[in-house]
Parts: sequence; structure tokens; C-alpha cells
Amino acid sequence: MSRIYKALAPVALSLAIAACGGHDASQSAAPASPKAAPGAVKVDAATAGTISGRVVVEGTLPENPVIKTSSDPACGSDELRSETYVVDHGGLKNVFVYIKDGLGNKYVFETPTEPVKIDQKGCHYTPHVVGVRTTQPLEIINSDNTLHNVHGMPKANPEFNKGQMIAGVKNDFTFNAPEVLIPLKCDVHAWMNAYVGVVDHPYFAVTGDGGKFELRGVPPGSYSVEAVHEKLGRVSLPVTLGNKDSKELTFSFKAQ
Amino acid sequence: MHDRASHLAPRISRWHHRYATLVAACTILLIAAGGMVTSTGSGLSVPDWPTTYGWNMFTFPVSKWVGGIRYEHSHRLIASTVGFLTIILAVWTWRVEPRAWVRKLGFAALGAVVLQGLLGGITVLLFLPPAVSIGHAGLAQIFFCLTITMALVTSPVWKNAVQPVDDPMLRRVAALTTALVYTQIIVGATMRHNAAGLAIPDFPLAFGHVIPPVWNAKVAVNFAHRVGALLVTLSILATSSHVLYHHPQRRELVRPALLLLALVFAQITLGAFVVWSGKNPLINTAHVVNGAAVLATSLVLTLRSFRARFERSVQPIVQAQPRPSSPASSPLPPHGVRP
Repeated sequence: MSRIYKALAPVALSLAIAACGGHDASQSAAPASPKAAPGAVKVDAATAGTISGRVVVEGTLPENPVIKTSSDPACGSDELRSETYVVDHGGLKNVFVYIKDGLGNKYVFETPTEPVKIDQKGCHYTPHVVGVRTTQPLEIINSDNTLHNVHGMPKANPEFNKGQMIAGVKNDFTFNAPEVLIPLKCDVHAWMNAYVGVVDHPYFAVTGDGGKFELRGVPPGSYSVEAVHEKLGRVSLPVTLGNKDSKELTFSFKAQ
Repeated sequence: MHDRASHLAPRISRWHHRYATLVAACTILLIAAGGMVTSTGSGLSVPDWPTTYGWNMFTFPVSKWVGGIRYEHSHRLIASTVGFLTIILAVWTWRVEPRAWVRKLGFAALGAVVLQGLLGGITVLLFLPPAVSIGHAGLAQIFFCLTITMALVTSPVWKNAVQPVDDPMLRRVAALTTALVYTQIIVGATMRHNAAGLAIPDFPLAFGHVIPPVWNAKVAVNFAHRVGALLVTLSILATSSHVLYHHPQRRELVRPALLLLALVFAQITLGAFVVWSGKNPLINTAHVVNGAAVLATSLVLTLRSFRARFERSVQPIVQAQPRPSSPASSPLPPHGVRP
């Protein structure tokens, strides 16, 4: 029998390590300042401009699949629709738009301490796509009278999986590295998914009605702006902004 | 006292064999439950382990078994039950089994199921890394093989075998088939745990071609599983043909040989429907379970082809007895594999 114990010892050790260190890694991250050069300055509001525009789709998008929620009566509605493709007046909603390149490390930005919130209600994430700053809390709330698990699947940040047993439970998550987009899912209700765009500056938006977006207070300069959709991928456009300038961009995704 | 022991021995031995068969049957149920967990993507629906949402696993309320939890949690409970049954099997075998290698087999099964439980927990805590999940899938089949072996070698037919077949060619081809089936299961698990099941979306062709025109890691493992299916089928055809041609009167060989043919046909059909249905969880799980049945049947045929290498007959004992100091002084027949 002692041989058995010896054989199992390494496994037990790795289990203990996993139990201690394999959980909630994203929540233990200490706030870290985004990269900034020693001489970095705040953006001068007097010269800042705006980048706005919309996201459109060429071609016909597939219909969002119907989701049957009968596996959990507490979810309420018998049927939901996935929110992968939401078109409004020809524009595509739920697209994350942000300045990908061009800001360099010339500027310093204060990180908000107010959390960005995602609610779970009716076994459905609201909103479907959010943006959050590095080290800013992302608060995920369970408003359902059932269990959810919040399973984040980042690549540049630590993966996490947190159970929320009852209604009213809230958990904060933070991300130290910029990453666009991080999928969130609930493994209890396989249809539940949401996406989080993490950036280290304030110039991001999620397209709303008509597929429109607006990035305000952008300092003059040349940038690469990227639009990211959960299924349709990424489209980047260059833009150059002068003093107090306003530019409009139209991102076009091709229906797959 | 001795008369009473002699009278009880066959009955106890029979019940011991039935119990070993029950453990093997429960193990196939456990494999089915595990198959449903991965097929429905429910592996992380219970984020903690060994607790369930902070509850003791055995007191977690049934009302909370919703969505993916019902698959993951029932898998854990069935696994715990099989673990408990295996403890009894190991201890019972230790007490009544005269063959040392069978007694060791019982504890090997116990070690395997304990390790399997730990791997299951580790893969949840580490968010299902493919290497650990594939190890969990591979060890499940090894544990299943151990329970099948226990059930087989404790059976009266095995113990009272007269003039077992001694065919070196059959031994080679049957053992090769079993090894191929196991390898194929590991390739399948690799495909499954790397989300490559539909990397080639059509069947029987691959992107409309015999050989895939595009390659990446997922396509490669998917195609390897298809090539593996072909090799396994050929190997099973060779083994079964050998049995049917050379040993048509040996029911103990003909029956598993015919069953193997039927199971491999079912397995290929199920594999095709896995692709055509877009990985329907029930079909996917049936493919996993049937794969385990192919392995078990091939193993039984292989072990029976090796029967002549084992001791000729075994007299059961009622309770644990002191180990004989030398074979000559033992009232029991020699144990273990004949040199």
C-alpha cells in the first residue's frame, strides 16, 4: 500500500497547488498603471477631437439561432434569441471599436474606479459587449433565482471561473493586460455569452443604435482604429486627427 | 469447518464474479456520463472541486441540478459510486481470490480510479487543459479495461477452462487490435479535447477530397482519427476472420469476434453521424461509449487468446489465508502467469 501512497503523492501535491493557485487569479491582480513614458502628459482637452462613425455589414447575415431555456425553468422565457448579429437601420450593434495603435506612451490616463457592470437576468447577459480599462473592476451580478458560473476565457490575462449560487451575488474581476475581446460564458447555461474589450486608454466604444459609435477627447495624431465583432472578426482603418478635429469612419464587415 | 468452507467457496466465487461484472457495468455508465459532460460542454459548470458550489458533493440539493450542472454533478456522483464499489471489489478480491496477480489487479483498479478522480478534479481546477483532460479520458479506458479483466478472470468459464486455444498468431493479431483500438481512442480524445471534432466538416470525404487540401493541427488530428478508424477496422477484420476460419468451434472466441465486427460497424456509423449531426451530444456520447465497448470486446478476445498462458484452473478460497512459503507446500494451484 505504501507504494500506492508514493505513487499518488505527486498528484496530490499538484492538486494542492492547483487548489491554492488555480482559482480567481484575475481577482488578485494588483492595480497597475498602463504603460506611460516618464514625461507622459494628460491629453489637452483644448486640442482634442472626435472620431465617430458606424459599422455596417455587406451581405445577408445569418439568423440568430433560437435558444431553448427549458433546461432551467428559473430562466423564465422558454425561448431566447442569440445576440450575435443585431442589425439596426443597416448598422451592426455590439461591435467593439477602439484605438488600436497611435497613442504610444505619450499620455497618462486616470483609470476609473467605478466598475463596469454586466447583469445576468433571465439567463442572459446584459449588456452583451462591454469595454473596460485595464485594472478597472468589471462587476458581474447574478439577478437570477438560479446558479450561474462566470467563466472568463482570456488569453493574455488569467482564466477564471466563479460560481454564483444565488440571486444578488456580485463578483469583481480585473484585467491587467489589454485584450480585445475576452469571451465570457456560463457553462451551466451554455447559450449565455458576453464579450469584454480591455484597453489601457479611454478611447473605445460599443456600437449602439444604427451601428453608431463615438470616441471623444482624442488628442491630435495618426491612429489605427479597429472594429471587432465576436464572429465577423476585425476591421482596421487609419485616421489622422488635427487640432479640435472630427473624423467619421465607416467600418464594413462582410457577412460570412 | 473445512467442509463448510468448501461448500461456500463456489457460491462466494460466483457472487464475487457477479460483483466484478457489476463494477464493469457501472464503469461503462460512468464513461457515458463523462461523455455527456464533454459533449454538452458542461465540464466547468461546477467551478469548484471536490465541493459543488461550496456544498458537500453528496448534499448538493437536487433542485440545483440545472443546465450543465446536471451532467457534471451526476458524473461526479457516479464516479464516487464507482470508486466506492472498486474499494469493495479490491478488498473482496484480496480476501477470497487465491491468485496473487488477480488480487493485485483489484488494487491496481483501485489505484486507477483514485488517480482518475484526482485527474478529474485537477482538470476542473485548471480549466480543462487538453493534456489533463486527455489523460483523464485515457485513464478512464484503462480503468474500464481493468474492471473488464477482473470480471473475465473471475468467471467460472475462465477458471474452469479446459484445453484453451494456444494460437500464437491469434495472440499477436488480437493484441495488436486491442492496442490499435486504445490508440484510436486516445487520438479521439485528443480531437475531442482540442475542439477538433468538426475541423473536417464533411464525411466520408474531407473538404470534398480524399486527402484534406488544407492542413492545421486540428485538421491533422481529425484526419488521423479517420485513418485510425480504417486501421482499426482492418485489424478487427483480420482478427475476426482468423477466429472464424481457424477456430469456428470455439464459442468463447467466435462470440467476441462477431460482436467486434458488429460494434466496429456501429462505431463507424456513429462517427459519421457525429459529423453529419454537427456533434449532437447524444450521438457523440454513444460514439464514446461504443468505442469503449469495442475496446472491452477486443480485450476479452485477446485475454481468451492468451488463456493457455495462464494457470489451468483455480480453486476459490473462502477467506484470506497465509501466503504459502513455497509452491510445493501450498494446497492451492500455482498463481499467476505461467512462465
